[in-house]
Amino acid sequence: MAERKIMLGNEAIARGAYEAGVKVSAAYPGTPSTEISENIVKYPEIYAEWSPNEKVAMEVAIGASISGVRALASMKHVGVNVASDPLYTISYAGVSGGLVLVAADDPGLYSSQNEQDTRCVARAALVPVIEPSDSAEAKEFVKFAFEVSEKYDTPVIVRTTTRLSHSQGVVELLDRVEPADKTYERNPAKYVMMPGNAKGRHVYVEQRMKKLSEDGASFAINRAEYRDTSIGFITSGIPYQYVREACPGASVLKLGMVHPLPKKLIEEFAAKVEKLYIFEELEPVIEEQVRAWGIDVIGKEVFTVQGEYSANLLRRVVMGEDMHLAEAEKTPARPPILCPGCPHRSVFSVLNKLKIHAAGDIGCYTLGAVAPLHVIDTTVCMGASISTLHGMEKAKGKDYIKNWVAVIGDSTFMHTGVNSLMNMVYNQGTGTVLILDNSTTGMTGHQDHAATGKTLMGEVVPAINIYHLCKAMGIAHVQEIDAFDLKELERAIKEETKRDAVSVIITKAPCVLLKGNVFPNVCRPVPEKCKKCGACLRPGCPALTKKADGAIAIDTTMCNGCGLCQKLCAFDAIACEKK
Amino acid sequence: METKNIMIVGVGGQGTLLTSRILGGITVRAGYDVKLSEVHGMAQRGGSVVTFVRYGSEVAEPIVEEGCADVLIAFERLEALRYAHFLKKDGVIVVNDWRIEPITVVTGAAAYPENIIEKLSEKHRVYAVNAMEEAEKLGNVKAFNVIVLGLAARHMDFDKGLWLEVIAETVPPKTVDINQKAFLIGYEKENGYDME
Repeated sequence: MAERKIMLGNEAIARGAYEAGVKVSAAYPGTPSTEISENIVKYPEIYAEWSPNEKVAMEVAIGASISGVRALASMKHVGVNVASDPLYTISYAGVSGGLVLVAADDPGLYSSQNEQDTRCVARAALVPVIEPSDSAEAKEFVKFAFEVSEKYDTPVIVRTTTRLSHSQGVVELLDRVEPADKTYERNPAKYVMMPGNAKGRHVYVEQRMKKLSEDGASFAINRAEYRDTSIGFITSGIPYQYVREACPGASVLKLGMVHPLPKKLIEEFAAKVEKLYIFEELEPVIEEQVRAWGIDVIGKEVFTVQGEYSANLLRRVVMGEDMHLAEAEKTPARPPILCPGCPHRSVFSVLNKLKIHAAGDIGCYTLGAVAPLHVIDTTVCMGASISTLHGMEKAKGKDYIKNWVAVIGDSTFMHTGVNSLMNMVYNQGTGTVLILDNSTTGMTGHQDHAATGKTLMGEVVPAINIYHLCKAMGIAHVQEIDAFDLKELERAIKEETKRDAVSVIITKAPCVLLKGNVFPNVCRPVPEKCKKCGACLRPGCPALTKKADGAIAIDTTMCNGCGLCQKLCAFDAIACEKK
Repeated sequence: METKNIMIVGVGGQGTLLTSRILGGITVRAGYDVKLSEVHGMAQRGGSVVTFVRYGSEVAEPIVEEGCADVLIAFERLEALRYAHFLKKDGVIVVNDWRIEPITVVTGAAAYPENIIEKLSEKHRVYAVNAMEEAEKLGNVKAFNVIVLGLAARHMDFDKGLWLEVIAETVPPKTVDINQKAFLIGYEKENGYDME
């Protein structure tokens, strides 16, 4: 009997890639997709890399496919935007070895800046989308996606969501079947997408999507489950599970391929059920198409386009059950915060003191936007901090940004920030850029990148030096400062924001959660010296609390001994000593 | 078997993922179908985190919905209060009697509720343990979550021996002994504090 194992959705996707014989995998970390690559790298048969961004990852996978092997790229939904340039065009060119893009959507915005639906991108890019409903399907559907890719000469998107990627279920492990590498043959009409060739390929692409829609009626992953026919659901992915939970007696058309839709199958199902619901999270992608075919359905007029669905939603809306749910107690919110000992807190305490605004970026440091730090004013997308600051300057003049900086992490800087900095230099900006270098991609759980000196596969490689990279762009004022050296930081930020030239301050200290990081010290209050002024509490370290009498307490199980609170205390009322 | 719904709630960084791995492991070993749902990413940075575990003959959705939880395992008092409305009528709360102030309390924007355990006991069966204190006595404060799990194990369908086996298979080899001891501390408490 095959081994049964409980696997995270993302782990099952990785297993699917392994069993499908994938040879190359490329990705940039992003919640909820990160664990795909972290599991793929456990299979020595697969070359796996962190690329600097999703566009590069997609192109690496494309190259591998053209050369004749199966290749996978994985990324979060907003990463697909970065990769959309190659995606839209490889859709025309098609593949040699199978090419699958795993796109992880985030309904409910657990860890994202928007709630976009990758199916909309796929529809515009003319790329088929396959969507599993649990870990077991995730593994099998990835394998099927490779078959579709090769048979229909198309990249295929496997769409997952946070709930699927970060849920675990039981999976049966099968052997890896590695298809023979295809021989490379030069074929510019297919792989050189200049206007004349692309025109021809566009004709092919339209035929391909039509054929897929027809053939989809007989794909095993699209399945009509007939039970009571007074209510029918068309659904896919995780929402299928909610339907099974809340309405076990209802008929269901479970779609494994959500683009293009199998028209014949849907028409058949619609004819057999009396009341037809379309139950899909986020955008009405299935619904709009089905309505356009003149089929009467109930969809977004009763189900929201926002957030995650649930079985209780169906019980309420479809079954008309009075739920008698207890009300939630009123409780103080517990939003995520920077960790005790986080170097970002130290840098932000200086910005806060100097009343400097920051154009922010994507990473843990986005948390500097909220109480009590209040230093990040804008966050748009990866790499946007430097370019938005530049835009402000060009709109309002260089004096306007004298109390502004751009704040970006090391991994985000390598992702796309570097382009924005080139632009600032080229177009004669005068902004001050803070690169918060914590030697890792922190928020997503510590992945390496081009400036850390280590690859996903664990090889030690020369690290790209951020200081020299900035110098090479011709920036005269670049300096590296210890992220906990408050005096130096204050001096540098004051000096550089005044300067009529681009300047870069690289603040350095490793992420506190980085493996191998040791904390020899711990901070303790010295009660007899405490004036109860609250200066140490201002940066919002979670290890510090104010006691009823106004004095402070430090939770030594949380404290990492960074010493920020000690430096902020004017009365020596905090001692940081060896543990 | 009807699906059993377990929730593990706590503060990001408290190690909810390890506990859910042990729980997931034991359900598979016992031959059940199981689904778990976790929170990764931003919320793990000190935010409120929830893990759902559902096991039975056949499990569809991976989440536990409001009004459906059989057991709520809380690693912190405020988090027990936050999710208590997820419990079924006869659901059970197993709570680590410990306070971690959220940033909203630290900055003075909100007050930490007093007498949480007493309040919860008015409506639910509550089993409490100061697992931090117990873990410190044991010599490793990090093992507190396995103590809480041990107490919660009394409300699930698995033998003590199987729990110990699965713990041995799940935790890093060097920590097997301490985690098994921690589990037994919770398990032997059976009823936690006397809430009368």
